Amino acid sequence: MEFFTSLPKKWAVFYNTFANKNGYKEFLSGLKNTVIIAVLGLFIGIIIGTIIAAVKVIPPYKRLIRFAQRIGDVYVAFFRGTPIVVQLLLGYYVLFPAFGINLPILNVCVIIFGLNSGAYISEIMRGGINSVDPGQMEAGRALGLSFFSTMMLIVIPQAIKNILPTLGNEFITLIKETSVVGYVGATDVCVAFRYIGTNNYEFIVPYLVMALIYIVIVLFITMGIRIMERRMGRSDRVHN
Amino acid sequence: MTASTTNNPVLEIKNLQKNFGKLQVLKGITETIYEGEKIAVIGPSGGGKSTFLRCLNCMEDPNGGSIMFEGEDIADMHVDINQHREHIGMVFQSFNLFNNKTVLQNIMLAPVHLGCAKLKKQKRKNAMIRISAPFRSILKAIDKKHAQKYDRQPVELTTTPQQIKAEAEKTAMRLLQRIGLEEKANVYPSTLSGGQKQRIAIIRALAMNPKVMLFDEPTSALDPEMVGEVLDLIRQLGEEGMTMIIVTHEMGFAREIADRIFFISDGIISEQGTPEEFFEHPKNPRTVEFLSKVL
Ligand SMILES: Nc1ncnc2c1ncn2[C@@H]1O[C@H](COP(=O)(O)OP(=O)(O)OP(=O)(O)O)[C@@H](O)[C@H]1O
Ligand SMILES: [Mg+2]
Repeated sequence: MEFFTSLPKKWAVFYNTFANKNGYKEFLSGLKNTVIIAVLGLFIGIIIGTIIAAVKVIPPYKRLIRFAQRIGDVYVAFFRGTPIVVQLLLGYYVLFPAFGINLPILNVCVIIFGLNSGAYISEIMRGGINSVDPGQMEAGRALGLSFFSTMMLIVIPQAIKNILPTLGNEFITLIKETSVVGYVGATDVCVAFRYIGTNNYEFIVPYLVMALIYIVIVLFITMGIRIMERRMGRSDRVHN
Repeated sequence: MTASTTNNPVLEIKNLQKNFGKLQVLKGITETIYEGEKIAVIGPSGGGKSTFLRCLNCMEDPNGGSIMFEGEDIADMHVDINQHREHIGMVFQSFNLFNNKTVLQNIMLAPVHLGCAKLKKQKRKNAMIRISAPFRSILKAIDKKHAQKYDRQPVELTTTPQQIKAEAEKTAMRLLQRIGLEEKANVYPSTLSGGQKQRIAIIRALAMNPKVMLFDEPTSALDPEMVGEVLDLIRQLGEEGMTMIIVTHEMGFAREIADRIFFISDGIISEQGTPEEFFEHPKNPRTVEFLSKVL
């Protein structure tokens, strides 16, 4: 019972730290980083994923194509086969230093999350490309467009429309997964609330609020996806 | 032969062969198709009609033989097939309009994209010629014997991307008017009837100014009441002198429009002739059997 009766007092403590002791600044910078990592990560992921998927569906007549496809396979196997924390640690403490690259931690997180989601998105995108009627590619080729042009102008836009809900899920997953960047010392929403809690060694309210914040973010994204789906659904509507 | 047929070969097909794995689908087809000719291709299901047609623009790469078009053997894997496909229109049974583009965009896409790509390429070439001018004049001074080899002038550009677009739009609207669908210019294909889709697919191919048009059962996916409008359009093209090869199950139409009928069964043209010869006096027992089933 005491757990519940003490909540108002704990809320007051949290509120004080949050509002008066710069807790909100910590939170805002954490939120900013979470959003930056997820949004830029998704962006990089879509580019990498689209390239890997597009290479994957080229008829493998040439050796170079087969080689590129193999590289794509290895890439996907690596990033799907290891936890994101391991990739972050490897990237930040091993790979980047090994090549003498010294980047701010936030950039490292963006790159690693981009590479990671690229692997997942490549599989999603491949499904999307395969879901587009092969007649679309044939029609483009028959008009004299190259495989690449038809892919970019006709097939991939339709593929993206088909996978938009799945891509939205990937974004949500990404937002939630960013909560591990504290491992390599980046500040995100999660780290911010832990910091606020540490202030008075009072974690209950900060962690509850933290969960709430993630839910709100996810709800916002879900809404955004709905709106985008409706816009992109234009070409399916019966009346224009 | 009708009046519009000439003696200029458009497609010279020699010993065309195609296998799918171990299955030999085309077993050596040799034919010449002349400008203005209308060929109807008929035959039993699985005989290789579609495969034959799709080999003509290398949608299926032939495994043997040659196809001369515009002075090149397009069956040779080394030629730039995209460049030749611009001049070979193809119409599919399932229309295949681009779902993510409006009707107008469907028609304009290839002319604009390819036109602009060519323009860009020429611009790049011109830039290279300008940059290399000093080097070439040096080489010219040294290598006096082949001096003229180093003379290269940039080609003057006669058009702009805006012009290409405007031109393509004009052509597209003219073609849409022709089929009476100009008010559909800005709708998406999903809002159209099958007959409308197929007629737009036909003018999309026409917008490229093809030398020959290939039709693979253009009316087979249509409701019966829409077959007429599509056949009318194809008939019109024929009257205007378009060279056409049409795979069809519409025997009446084949008979009416064709200069020659190709009967393809078991991977060869087992009989061919004018519609009268073919339908009135078939020689091959295979043809007789087929005709007795479909007529
Ligand atoms: N992509 C392919 N892979 C394997 N076999 C194929 C392929 N396309 C066609 N075939 C086979 O080649 C043969 C000829 O097919 P094709 O489609 O050319 O026949 P068709 O005369 O057009 O028949 P239909 O009147 O049914 O359209 C058939 O046995 C078919 O199964
Ligand atoms: Mg067929």
